[in-house]
Formats: sequence, structure tokens, C-alpha cells
Amino acid sequence: MGSEELRYNVDLENVFEGPMDLLVHLVKRNDVDIYDIPIALITDQYLEYLEMMKAMNIDIAGDFILMASTLTQIKSKMLLPSDKDEEEDDPRSEISAPLEEYFCIKSLAQILAKRNRLGEDTFVRNVCLKDMSLKPEDKIIKADLFELIDAFQRIINRLSPEHKVEFKAEGISVKKKISEIAEFLEAKGNASFDELFSGNTEKYQIIVTFLALLEMAKVCLIRIVQHVRTGVIRVFYFKD
Amino acid sequence: MSDVKNVLEISDTKAIEQAFESLCHEYEARKGGFYLNQVSGGYQIRTRPEYKKWIKLLLRTGSARLSKAAMETLAMIAYNQPVTRGDIEHIRGVDCGGILRMLLERKLIRVHGRKEVPGRPMLYLTTGFFLEMFDLKDLKDLPTLKEMEDLRNDKQKTREQRTWIG
Repeated sequence: MGSEELRYNVDLENVFEGPMDLLVHLVKRNDVDIYDIPIALITDQYLEYLEMMKAMNIDIAGDFILMASTLTQIKSKMLLPSDKDEEEDDPRSEISAPLEEYFCIKSLAQILAKRNRLGEDTFVRNVCLKDMSLKPEDKIIKADLFELIDAFQRIINRLSPEHKVEFKAEGISVKKKISEIAEFLEAKGNASFDELFSGNTEKYQIIVTFLALLEMAKVCLIRIVQHVRTGVIRVFYFKD
Repeated sequence: MSDVKNVLEISDTKAIEQAFESLCHEYEARKGGFYLNQVSGGYQIRTRPEYKKWIKLLLRTGSARLSKAAMETLAMIAYNQPVTRGDIEHIRGVDCGGILRMLLERKLIRVHGRKEVPGRPMLYLTTGFFLEMFDLKDLKDLPTLKEMEDLRNDKQKTREQRTWIG
């Protein structure tokens, strides 16, 4: 959705990532007090924007339409005569509460961004503490990508040659596999490479597991290390 | 602090703190290229921001800049941790999977367990490196809403001044 909006950016002042962004823009532009939103005005302007986007052939995401219906609903609730006996919440709170929190976060983010940032305003000398903390007897080296591929190859070769790669509809996704591995490691703390692959009889499962491990290593969810002597590769759940 | 105590085999916290303080003053008086900073529960020597232009030229490292969206996501996590991806997306109203991945890779946030609700989504926290990056002693050192109020009041004052002149 984002790239399409950028293409037709010519007439729109802003690229709106989501309905919240658009709402915030309207609130700012009209200098509205979020504790007393003129709901009719905001709703009308919001719908105008959607019309503009439609006219420019921009696909409007479902979120925008959901927000439009929410705003319209609130607007109609405000038009109904208020029952003085009943104490009802201001229907605008459905919008003003998340708006307020959003403004809050935006301001806090701005304040944070102003601080002296490491790597931008101030710098330190890089000391690699990790290399210094290993015990000499227990020497572990970070697994080389090629070692990983070797280990992976060995596991694949153990499979009987008849197994073909079949992409079934019910096949497990990498995302699900990451969750599975995370759960397993949360309980055990660490596991050997072979342990993680045991129970996988199909080629696609092994591939998905391997991809999941690579992804988890990339976002530092796990650490992969190899014992110098035995060559056993072990996966550790990353603890800060 | 514990590192200093262990290496130097001194147990007097006060004495160490005083030593750090005098070191800090020494560097201040010297007005050199660096200063002693208290950050992330420890002490660190850092370069002075006034010289950032030259240091950047020397180091030739890429920018440590973060987009507005990334900053907002980070702020959301910093002030509300632990949070799930759903919590963040509920407030920001947009998908932030890519941003979360980037923040994880940069080691500014980490995963710490899962929420015990259907779906068991992962919970995010900020890291020690996050504190270092934004020059915070600990999470309590995060700018508060009060400072935000002052910011808002300043904006209000300038707005009022404008209407007076108006």
C-alpha cells in the first residue's frame, strides 16, 4: 500500500501510512482540541480525503474504510438527542483516547530523538568484550556459515533419496516454525543442531527449520556456536 | 560499578563514586575531546557532541539515524514494556513488522517471553544498548510526561503570544 501512495504523491501533501496518521494530520491542521473534537468537521474532511485518494486510483486499505465508518458512527451518535437521565460516555472517546495516546507517543519519540545519540552526536571506542569472556578450555567459535551449510547437507543426505520436495497446503510456515523453535528453546535453554532437526522426516520441514534458524540468528533471537573439538553445533536462546 | 569493585578489589562504593566524580570534573576542566558519562547503569567515556562533525568524517561510519516511524515504535516499547506487536499496531494503526525486525537487528529491542493469551505473541523490551544509544542511566531516566507538558506549555505560550500580536 505504501509504494502505491508514493507514486501518486504529487497532489497529496502527505503520505499517510494509516488512518491514524490521516486523523492526526486533520486534527493538527484544524487546530482541534482532542478533548473536544468537532466530529462533523473531522468526519467530513476525512471522507473528502478518501474521495481524493479514490479519484487518484489509490487503493484504500481496509483500515481507512474502517476508520471512516467509525467516524460516521460517532457523528451520528452525537446527533442523537442526549438522554439527561442516563450517563453515557462521550462517543468521541473511541477516537480521542487512542489519538491522545498516539500524540503522547509522538511527542515522547521527538524528545527521545533530541538526545545525544550514540553513533550520531557522541562516540565510543569499540571494545569486543565477547571474545574476552570465554574460558580457554571451553573454546567455542561462532559457527561459520559454511559449517552450517555442511551440517545441513549432512542432515539432508540422511533422508532417503525418494523424498521429493512437495509443497503441500498444510505445510508449516517459517513464521510458525520460529514460534515452535522459540517455545522449545524457552523450555530447554539450548539445543544441539541435530535435536532441532529430529522428528523431521520431510525435506520441506528440514528446509523450513533451517530458514527459521537463520532468521532467528539474524534478529538475535538465538546464538549459534560450534564446539571446537567435537564440531557439534549448538543453538542458545539469546539472553540479554 | 561491580566491574570496578571486582577488578580493583575495593568494596567502598562511596569512594569509587567520588573517584568517578573527580575524574568527571577533571575532564570537564580540561575541555578536551571527551567527557565521562553516566549511562546504562555504568560509566563510559564519550566524545563531546560539539566535535561530532569531525569524528564522523574520521570514522566514516554510516548514520545511526532512525525514521520517525521507527522512533515512535521504539518509544512505544520503551515506555510500555513489555508490549506485543499487536499493542504497538493498535496505537500506531500501521503494520510495524519491518520496523520491529530492524530494531531487533540493531539490538535496540529484544524478545522476552510470550504473552499468555491466545496466539502467544512475543513480548518486546528495550535493551541495555538502547539505554547507551540514547544516553539514559536506566529506564527511570526516560523523559517523562512532565517534560512533555513543559514542551506543550511552551508551544501554548508561543501560540498565545502570536494571537496577542496577531
